[in-house]
Amino acid sequence: MDFYCESLYQAFSLIISADAELAEVFWLSVKVSLTALLIACALGLPLGAFLAVHRFSGRGMLIGFINTLMGMPPVVIGLIVYLHLSRSGPLGWMGLLYTPTAMIIAQVILITPIIAALSCQIVEDLHEDYRDLFASLCVPSHVAILSYIYDARYSLLTVVLAGFGRAVSEVGAVIVVGGNIDHLTRVMTTTIALETSKGELEMALALGLILMVKALFINACGQRIKTTAQAKAYV
Amino acid sequence: MKQLRAKYASVLIVFTCTVMSAALADQRIVVQSTTSTKNSGLYHYILPLVKRDTGVTVHVVAVGTGAAIKNAMNCDGDVLLVHSRKREDKFVAEGYAKQRHDIMYNDYVIVGPQSDPAGIADLRNAATAFNKIAATKSTFVSRGDMSGTHSKEGALWHAASVLPDTSSAKWYRQTGSGMGATLNIAAGMAGYTLTDRATWTSFGNKADLDILVEGDKNLFNPYGVMLVSKDKCPTVNTKSGQAFIDWLLSDTGQTAISAFRVDDKQLFFAHAQQ
Repeated sequence: MDFYCESLYQAFSLIISADAELAEVFWLSVKVSLTALLIACALGLPLGAFLAVHRFSGRGMLIGFINTLMGMPPVVIGLIVYLHLSRSGPLGWMGLLYTPTAMIIAQVILITPIIAALSCQIVEDLHEDYRDLFASLCVPSHVAILSYIYDARYSLLTVVLAGFGRAVSEVGAVIVVGGNIDHLTRVMTTTIALETSKGELEMALALGLILMVKALFINACGQRIKTTAQAKAYV
Repeated sequence: MKQLRAKYASVLIVFTCTVMSAALADQRIVVQSTTSTKNSGLYHYILPLVKRDTGVTVHVVAVGTGAAIKNAMNCDGDVLLVHSRKREDKFVAEGYAKQRHDIMYNDYVIVGPQSDPAGIADLRNAATAFNKIAATKSTFVSRGDMSGTHSKEGALWHAASVLPDTSSAKWYRQTGSGMGATLNIAAGMAGYTLTDRATWTSFGNKADLDILVEGDKNLFNPYGVMLVSKDKCPTVNTKSGQAFIDWLLSDTGQTAISAFRVDDKQLFFAHAQQ
């Protein structure tokens, strides 16, 4: 089990020495995944709430479709985005392949279904409780949707964290559309893949540990927001 | 009025950014290349020199030779730097590049477990070694990904008159991944594999593996560089791409390639035709 010690040691020395390349890779990871998360939330939360509140023909099919998209392998999403953004693809003129923007697009496609499907479920449960009350008060549906999202904000926080976790941890999509280019599109997961392929297994594991600490920190922040706000609510 | 001014300011900023990024983009190229050149650290060593001498920023996408050629055919690269002579010539013949330049070479080696169940150590002939591996049904780990190394391996099996695909999943294992991943698997299974010397020397997880066969002239591994043709791909950055190639072929570039060392070993030997 020496490799754990060796990896831990490498992880610590990387953090303590404030390795410039690691910092660059780290922040690009955060930047790409947070941007993707913001866009995915802007699309996914209202979509999920809309699906929860409205009844229309084809709704069941649409929900089934979104649930299926949750299981899409990242590498397939990467491939689809690649084919569109490639110079020979329909969106090639934009010149977006091998840029952080391409990685954000892939991650948005990856996590929007997760956020939409999970928030749909949460809002649907709320809607069961409030439908009659809102109907009797003639509350318009967009106001109802907003109040559901507000009311369920703590449950939705978990949804958002799940989306972020998925975005920041995947490697299949970003390595295809980003190309793992040094100083441009190299993020934590693609660096781990690269170090593994170089046979630098301890280094790869050290980076994995750092990635886990990051996830832990973000989850702790989410938890903190939740408990503080809930405590305040009962004062 | 204030709002209007803010609007103009933001338009101006966006405009300046666009112009600036366009100016920067002029100096940027994407090179479709192989894992062997990237994993060994060659690009890490020469790209700062390229930047210093030519001002060109090179973005390297490292995949197998097959994938690199495919990406270049899709116009997703300005320069192609790979190692599979036949397919490079085909690339040129089909008009995707005007010309192919030799830039450097190294060699392939057959690595395997020190216990050497097939008894190939110190053989001088790669095809004979492959024959012995097949005859003893010793585990052989193949790239299986249409890379340059994979096509070299195919040629060696052909020379050994063995059809390894018929033994797929028995003693012949195709990983479908890069050289490093394949070496990790070979190390894990104590199997034989064919690798380029650069990746092997800089590889960190050699475990119980060792070089068993080397020095056959059939194991020669030349690298070629090509500028993607503007006729096929109008978006190619010809100026910067050509500057990069000229630098590689120049005395400075050739000296730099030969000066690159890992563990005090030279990994690539410059041989541009002057």
